[in-house]
Amino acid sequence: MTIKKSHDIPYSEVTPKNVYLNRRRFLAASAGALGSLAWHPSQVLALAGTKLSVALKSPFSTTESQTSYADVTHYNNFYEFGTEKTDPAKNAQNFKTSPWRVSVSGEVNKPGNFDLDALQKLAPLEERVYRHRCVEAWSIVVPWIGFPLNVLIKQVEPTSKAGFVAFESFYDRGQMPESSHAGIPLPYVEGLRMDEAMHPLCLLCFGMYGEALPKQDGAPVRLVIPWKYGFKSIKSIVKIRFVKSQPPATWNLSNPNEYGFYSNVNPGVDHPRWSQAKERRLGEFFRRPTLPFNGYADQVAQLYAGMDLRKYF
Amino acid sequence: MRTVLTSKWTKVAVFLLAVTPLARLVWAAFHHGLGANPIEFITHQTGDWILIFLMLTLAVTPARKLFRQPELIRFRRMLGLFAFTYAFLHFSTWIGLDKFFDGTEMLHDVRKRPFITAGFSGFLLMVPLAITSTAGWIRRLGGKRWQALHRLVYASALAGVVHYYWLVKSDVRKPLLFAAILALLLALRVVLGLVQKRRAGARDIRQEETTTTEGA
Repeated sequence: MTIKKSHDIPYSEVTPKNVYLNRRRFLAASAGALGSLAWHPSQVLALAGTKLSVALKSPFSTTESQTSYADVTHYNNFYEFGTEKTDPAKNAQNFKTSPWRVSVSGEVNKPGNFDLDALQKLAPLEERVYRHRCVEAWSIVVPWIGFPLNVLIKQVEPTSKAGFVAFESFYDRGQMPESSHAGIPLPYVEGLRMDEAMHPLCLLCFGMYGEALPKQDGAPVRLVIPWKYGFKSIKSIVKIRFVKSQPPATWNLSNPNEYGFYSNVNPGVDHPRWSQAKERRLGEFFRRPTLPFNGYADQVAQLYAGMDLRKYF
Repeated sequence: MRTVLTSKWTKVAVFLLAVTPLARLVWAAFHHGLGANPIEFITHQTGDWILIFLMLTLAVTPARKLFRQPELIRFRRMLGLFAFTYAFLHFSTWIGLDKFFDGTEMLHDVRKRPFITAGFSGFLLMVPLAITSTAGWIRRLGGKRWQALHRLVYASALAGVVHYYWLVKSDVRKPLLFAAILALLLALRVVLGLVQKRRAGARDIRQEETTTTEGA
C-alpha cells in the first residue's frame, strides 16, 4: 500500500481567500439569522500570507469541518498583544518575526541556535487538522502545518537527565505595549514532560490554512498539543530548554488552583469557575460535549496511566 | 440649564442614547458584526451596559446635590430601568442562548460558581426595584418604605461589580474601574450626608439662638 501523497497545490490555493469570503457573503445573504453570525469580509484584516508547501497530509487529521480562517485569526488569546479576543489581530501586525532564532539548550548533547529556515527544514511539513480546545470552553478545528516536535528533540539528543522540556515565548515590551495589562507574568513560559513532548501528536507548528502562521496565531513557530487546553500550545517560541524537573508554566504560576501543569482536556474536571463538560465550537450555535483528552484519548491516555487526573489536572 | 433639564425633549434624547447600545447590537447581528463568538459578544456587551447604567443611576443623587440640579431626578427611573433592561437581556442570553433553558445546569452553576451566584443575586435584587418603579407603587409603599426598598440598588451594583471581578481571567482593569466608580459614588453619599447633617445642625443652633434672643 502506498501512502497517499497530497497534491502539490497548497491548501490556500484550493480555497483562495476571496472565493471563500465570497462564499461566506453568499451564505450570509441567504441564511438570514444564522448567516448573521458569519464575518463580513470587510472586517477580516488583510494578512501577509506566505504560502507553505505541505508535503504530507497526516493520518492524525480529523475530518470534522474546519473553523473559518477569519475566526481563527480574529478570536485569539495572545495576552502580549492585549487581553480582548480581537486585540491580537489588531495589535500584532507590527510584530517583527523575521529574522527569528530559537535557542535549544540544557540537558542535550547538541545544543544550538536554529534560525527559522533551518528549523523548518528539519523535516517535511505536514498538514494536520486538529481539534483545539481552549480552557475557556470554546474550540476550533484548524489545519495546522508543521512536523512532530520529536524531530527536533531527536536532533539535539537529550541526555538521560532530561525529564522535561521548558519553552519560552518571545517578549519585548516595546513591540508589545499591551502586555503591561496582561495580568500574567511574562515572558510566557510552558513545559511538557519528556514523554509528552516526544508524542507524535505534539506538533512544532509553522503555519495554518496553507500559509505561514499569522502573527496573532503565534508566528513564526509555536507548539500545538491537541489533547491539552490551548494555553499549553505556546506561541512565538524563542527558547527551548531540556531540564531535570518540572519547569514553571505561566498560567499555573499565575493561578495554580485554576490551571494545572498538565492541563489535559478533561470534561470531568471543572475549572473552578466554569464547567468543562461542554464547549462552543466557533461557528456553531449549540454547545457540544467535550471529549476526554479532546478526543485524542486513544493516542495519549496511556501517558497518564495510573495518575489521578483530578489531582494532576 | 433648568429649562434644558425640565424639557421633555431632553428625556427623549436620554432615552434614545440609552437605547443606542441595544440598537447597535441588533444592527451588528444583522450585519455580521458580532465576531467569532456572537453569544459571548452579546453577553459581554450587555454586561458592560448594565454596570454603566447602574453607575449612572447611582450618580443622579450625588450630582443633584453637588451641582444643585434637583431636576436631574427626572432621569433616575429611566436610567435604572435601562440598567434592568440590559440585565434582563444579559440574563436571558445566559439562560436562553448559553444554557438553552437547562434549569438544572443553571441552578447548578448558580450554586457552584461564585461569580454566577453574585451576578444572579445582582439581577434578582433588581427585579423588585423594576416592579416598584411606578408612581403607583411609590404611593402604595409610602415614600420612606419605597426609599428603603430601593437602597437594594447598592447591593445590586456591588454584586454586579463582584460578578465582573470574579469572572475575568487576569486583566482586572475594567472591573476595578467600575469598583472605583461605585466606591466613589457611595462615598459621595456618605460625605454629602454628613455635610447636610452639619448644615442642618448649624441651622438648628442658629434657630435656637434666635429663639433664645427672641425669648429674652
